[in-house]
Amino acid sequence: MNPQLIMDGLIAGAMIGLGAIGITLTYSILRFANFAHGEMISWGAYLALAASSLFGTLSGALLKPIGPFSFGWSLPLAVLVAVALTAGLALLVDTLLFGLLRKHRSAIIIMVMASFGASLALRSLLEFIFTSKPVYFSKALQIALPLGGGLRATPDQMLALAIAALLVIAVHILLTRTAIGRSMRAVSENQQLAGVAGIDVRKVIRTVWVLGAGLACIAGVMAGLLVQIRPYMGFDLLLPLFAAAILGGIGSVPGAMLAGLIVGLAEALGVQLIGAEWRAAVAFIILVFVLLLRPQGLFGRAE
Amino acid sequence: MQPVADAPSDTPHGPLVEARDLVKQFGGLRAVDHMSIALHRGEMVGLIGPNGAGKTTLFNLIAGSLNPTSGSIRIGGVEVAQERPERRIARGIGRTFQIPRPFAEMTVLENVLTGSQGQSGERIWTNFLQPGRVAAEERQAVEKARALLDFVKLSGLEAEPARVLSGGQRKLLELARVLMADPETILLDEPAAGVNPTLLELIIDRVLELNGQGKSILLIEHNMDMVARLCGRVVVMAAGKLLTEGAPDDVSRNRTVIEAYLGEVAA
Amino acid sequence: MSVELVAYVAFFLTMALTYAVMCLGLNVQWGQTGLFNVGVAGFVAIGAYVSALLTTPDAPDRFGGFGLPILVGWLGAALATGLASFLVGWLTIRLRADYLAIATFGVAVTVQLVALNLQSVTGGPFGIGFIPRPFANLAGDPLAFSLLNLGVLIVVVVLLYLALEHLLRSPWGRVLRAIREDETAALALGKNATRFRLQAFAIGGAIMGLAGATQAHFVGFIAPDNYVPLLTFQVWAMLIVGGSGNNRGAILGAVLVWGIWAASAGAIASLFPPDQQARAAALRIVLIGVGLCAILLLRPRGILGEERVVSRHLARLKPSHRVASRPTPPDS
Repeated sequence: MNPQLIMDGLIAGAMIGLGAIGITLTYSILRFANFAHGEMISWGAYLALAASSLFGTLSGALLKPIGPFSFGWSLPLAVLVAVALTAGLALLVDTLLFGLLRKHRSAIIIMVMASFGASLALRSLLEFIFTSKPVYFSKALQIALPLGGGLRATPDQMLALAIAALLVIAVHILLTRTAIGRSMRAVSENQQLAGVAGIDVRKVIRTVWVLGAGLACIAGVMAGLLVQIRPYMGFDLLLPLFAAAILGGIGSVPGAMLAGLIVGLAEALGVQLIGAEWRAAVAFIILVFVLLLRPQGLFGRAE
Repeated sequence: MQPVADAPSDTPHGPLVEARDLVKQFGGLRAVDHMSIALHRGEMVGLIGPNGAGKTTLFNLIAGSLNPTSGSIRIGGVEVAQERPERRIARGIGRTFQIPRPFAEMTVLENVLTGSQGQSGERIWTNFLQPGRVAAEERQAVEKARALLDFVKLSGLEAEPARVLSGGQRKLLELARVLMADPETILLDEPAAGVNPTLLELIIDRVLELNGQGKSILLIEHNMDMVARLCGRVVVMAAGKLLTEGAPDDVSRNRTVIEAYLGEVAA
Repeated sequence: MSVELVAYVAFFLTMALTYAVMCLGLNVQWGQTGLFNVGVAGFVAIGAYVSALLTTPDAPDRFGGFGLPILVGWLGAALATGLASFLVGWLTIRLRADYLAIATFGVAVTVQLVALNLQSVTGGPFGIGFIPRPFANLAGDPLAFSLLNLGVLIVVVVLLYLALEHLLRSPWGRVLRAIREDETAALALGKNATRFRLQAFAIGGAIMGLAGATQAHFVGFIAPDNYVPLLTFQVWAMLIVGGSGNNRGAILGAVLVWGIWAASAGAIASLFPPDQQARAAALRIVLIGVGLCAILLLRPRGILGEERVVSRHLARLKPSHRVASRPTPPDS
């Protein structure tokens, strides 16, 4: 196996993993498969792009590349803004749609359908505003540096991997060591009981959206930085995201990240063996095998 | 007519229904803990015990809604512990639920018809290839269902959706629905709970009549008067285990039984 | 009325009725069984491609073109799609409800991929052309041609409607309703819930495949672009608008939503300059997405609502009326 494949797979896998964490959290706590999650990735990327260009216009100095990276300070600043805005978007969708459906006590499957509708509307809205033409954070070309063992990576790629690793550790600590994390796990065990036990279920729900959307936004920025920004970028990731969330075991954050890396590596391998045009089928094959052999996933509990 | 108190007319292989050493573990909770119980042909047995004793779980294990963690369940001598619920009914086990579960939006008559077994109209193609056969079977089923509705005195309501029924009527509807399958053994989960006195007499009367027709009945009930009137033998469960068993009078005077119930009151 | 107008109306209705067939299939899966299929487009595509392969004349540059009669193509389409649905259902129906949704989504993505990339079978991005059209020998007379095609679709829809209503009022349909209302109780009555759900899912899939085939033969050519998620979404919108659980609602919803869709094309396009038409198309999709969410929130039972069904031999007992509240489909 070409060592470069491993690097490509790891980078794609890190983005899938970050997105899958949001899927797995909404699934285990709000209890539905959120088809609109891919749109948080696309919106995150476009919001960061918009904010970054705005900062760039305000001060040209912000566009000067930082050290070995392809982007200037405008991007890290823009990411902060975009994370906040994407989280706000998720909360807005929840208020207008999912929250109302919860209030009507709609069946879970109605929520899934609504998320499907929201996904189409949000994606087409991006297409309406930005058109379907791909855009980039930076046109600067980067030289991939040799890392030894035949591995090469650009500074941007290494930064993306490091940030993904830090974020997974941070989320894991948040879930296992903090009060809100314990509340989240309690709600995922049994929402009614958690409510009775005095846990603020609404706060937990808000946290889930903010966390999921924030991570999705960062995944979107990485995808935008390393590949390109398109309205369909999140939607095209949706199947790998679901495959990773289920493979990792619904509710497991480390599982989602590990499974994301597995899906990413498998995709890279598939691309080499059968061709890039079949990339999307790899996630489907993984999904079928997981459902067939271990539907509870790697770290999930059997029901 | 008196219930058959001591009629151990067993199958060639032993009791009609026999559970041995059953264990059901839910996470850290052992709901049924090495419980054994036997029901002989034509017998009516009461199953009592404080709330949370594991009575309904035991029912679920016998009816197949749950599979035991360990232990054996034999129906007519055949081991069935890991069989799915839809196979149990073919083996002659019918059950009602503690809180009745009628199909609320379906009519009372349709609810009963759903209890029919082996209708060819439940296969898709038969409906198109042999519509005459399906219609003939359906007519027979309707006739039988109407007779059963008559038996439980719900005939006048047959075209109403089941959601309009009262709690006691729902219990009777469930009984009729179960009888559609001609079960040899009926598991009744608290048939008297939340039922008004008039309907209660009707339920008791019908249960006695079914037992008189030779059906074996296992009955969960808190109403000891009713248990004493119906059952020749009472099995007492507490904390998932068999506490004692015997004639109703002996059991209700038994110290450990009283303590088990008092313990519940005190808790 | 001019000949062109009649021909146009006939064309519009024929197209709408192909969607009505998809809707009837989705209604078996969702309306009657509560199974959520996010991959309608994929199943429709399977039917379209299978029928196209079976009926087109032999093509030198790709597999097949078997030149079989159109009816054989339609039957093959229904069988192949029914089988594909059965496999997907077998894989997921015993698991959580939304695993089926995710798996069907995967099917749609994968079918799209195969249609695009397996050029030797599907013709790749350009698709398959020269699919035989019913009454092609009358193509010179647009009026007769379009009316006869409309007639074919009307026959298909009416036959399907009657067959589905027959099934719904049969003991099979009764068990299906019982399972949807209370699976535990149905299991205790000896009904194998998984088997009935699987059957309903396969039948619904077969109907979608048939829909894909009829549409392909009516239009005359197919390409991967016809089977994007938007199609799934349109069919869902049609069923929800018409009233899921109601076969007449499914047909009505298809005609209505297709009408709105067709009309909105002109209206929105006229608001934008020619170089902005891609934007106009995107806006149209935003509106239909928001519309579906609004219907889910405001009128989840659709226009006709769910019809109260009573088994055939009991129908005379009571006039049918609407269900007061839609029973929630099983979700665990």
